[in-house]
Amino acid sequence: MRRKSVSYARFGYIFCIPFVIAFLIFQLYPIIFTTVLAFTDYKGLNVTEWHFLDNPFANFEYVFKNPSFSTSLKNTVIIWTINFIPQILLALLLTAWFTSRRNKIKGQGAFKILFYMPNIITAATIAILFNSLFAYPVSPVNDLLTTLGLSKEPINFPTKMWISKGIVAFIQFWMWYGYTMIILIAGVLGINPELFEAAEIDGANGRQVFFRITLPNIRTIMLFTLVTSMVGGLNMFDIPKLYLNGGPSSSTLTTSLFIYNQAFSGSYRYNTASAASLIMFIIIGILSAFTFFIMRDKDAAKLRKLEKKVKKDLKKAEQAAKGAA
Amino acid sequence: MVMKKKKSATVYLVVKYIICVLLALLSILPFYIMFVNATRSTVEIQQHAISFIPSKYLSNNWAILDGKNFNALRGFANSVIVSTGATICTVYFSSLTAYAIMAYQWRLRNAFFTFILCIMILPAQVTSVGFYQMIYKVGFTNSFLPLILPAIAAPGTVFFMRQYLQATLSIDIVNSARIDGAGEFGIFNRIVIPIMKPAIATQAIFAFVTNWNSLFIPMILLTNNKKHTMPIMVSLLRGDIYKTEFGSIYLGLSLTVLPLFIIYFLLSKYIIAGVALGGVKE
Repeated sequence: MRRKSVSYARFGYIFCIPFVIAFLIFQLYPIIFTTVLAFTDYKGLNVTEWHFLDNPFANFEYVFKNPSFSTSLKNTVIIWTINFIPQILLALLLTAWFTSRRNKIKGQGAFKILFYMPNIITAATIAILFNSLFAYPVSPVNDLLTTLGLSKEPINFPTKMWISKGIVAFIQFWMWYGYTMIILIAGVLGINPELFEAAEIDGANGRQVFFRITLPNIRTIMLFTLVTSMVGGLNMFDIPKLYLNGGPSSSTLTTSLFIYNQAFSGSYRYNTASAASLIMFIIIGILSAFTFFIMRDKDAAKLRKLEKKVKKDLKKAEQAAKGAA
Repeated sequence: MVMKKKKSATVYLVVKYIICVLLALLSILPFYIMFVNATRSTVEIQQHAISFIPSKYLSNNWAILDGKNFNALRGFANSVIVSTGATICTVYFSSLTAYAIMAYQWRLRNAFFTFILCIMILPAQVTSVGFYQMIYKVGFTNSFLPLILPAIAAPGTVFFMRQYLQATLSIDIVNSARIDGAGEFGIFNRIVIPIMKPAIATQAIFAFVTNWNSLFIPMILLTNNKKHTMPIMVSLLRGDIYKTEFGSIYLGLSLTVLPLFIIYFLLSKYIIAGVALGGVKE
């Protein structure tokens, strides 16, 4: 009987084969290929030959010296930050309201559905929609401003650098705060209700409960939101590309857009695009590792270590017992 | 004192409702303006770009779009093919992989699961140059296969499916099917897949929407305009040929999101529940 159960193990391997093959072909190979290209002279349309460069880091030097790259990196960080801080604050506020045990908000379901809605709509469509909403001279926003008398004449939004950055950040904020809110609410609902009951008995007010119990208990989920938002933010492409194509004067140029422009939009500089991709890859890796490190739950890590040790000891004991038998 | 406290609590509640209603309006308004303007003529929009009453130029705007080679039906069909194909690949093979991790005791399974967690955050753009070059070399640009087949390896979905199986799969059912003489692959298809239906439905919705909305990779691979998907067609609406055709731009935008709105309002309950489940990853 025991022998038979062992023989099933091979199906574990067999059933993973499609996943592994697809991963190797469509993810691992492109990563390796991108890495290799970053050290070559591969550029130009319909070129199939490439050679390794004498100075292996020439492409990286090119990228770092390229003012567009540093601008795009700066823009990406700025746009992500001015989208994420209000996003997480609003999401936390709404989470506090929607999970409050004292005064329940009615119609929560409908609010959640509407707040989350922009997230599933095609980003490309939203970018062009906002391009139309803020167009000059004829656009709904300008119509609203002049009709309400807030502005005497239409404002030329597409030429304003900081306003454009702000609009791109706003679109990101608007598309994602509902998602963040739902995830945080799920986190709060997962907290042991006894904690809240105990706090209430101890006479804690709403604010105290939120800061002393709710927040510390959703730390891991906030970390998850932070990391996914950061990775997504560093890859922001659809919206800056289609809102104003990185303009005006590169004020909404992001790193993904920089890579796209290098490789796929007329210049065919596959080698420097690969180098820029690798730089982004490393930045993303370092940032995620760093956030995991500073926000890691120290007690949980200790517990896990202990658990591992106990398991090891158990195994040893088992083996010893077997040996003895 | 108590009265005052009660009064301030009521005020606070009213403030909460006002903010929630304003945020809800913020979600609706851009799309409402878009749908209304899709029915208005360029002249009407030039006079007043905001209107809450639909006009009667819908078929006119449609004719303009059609005349400019905006073939909405073909784009729609292409998007449906890509999204459906990718969705089927994602949910089927992710279920299979998750089942392999959950149901069998093989030596590398913990290592494999850790590996899946690690590749979960790998963004597609970072590998785009290598991906494009590979597809270009084998001559598969302008084919839907490079957009569909990579969906077989979807680490995030595998993770979700594993969590679901962990909670629902009882190995006794599998064992009794074995005693009845069912093969391992048959057990997966006839017993495990039906058990996983709720999880498959949730993940299918997300996979479909993600693929429907995807722009970056389709845009660099599909250069033939007969193969364009909806988001690529939308991206062309920004071009010069539409400069003054305001009504038809709004119509083009509306057409791309109409299916999403229908899916969303039919399935919003499951979608919201799915988002909430996906977040609790500890």
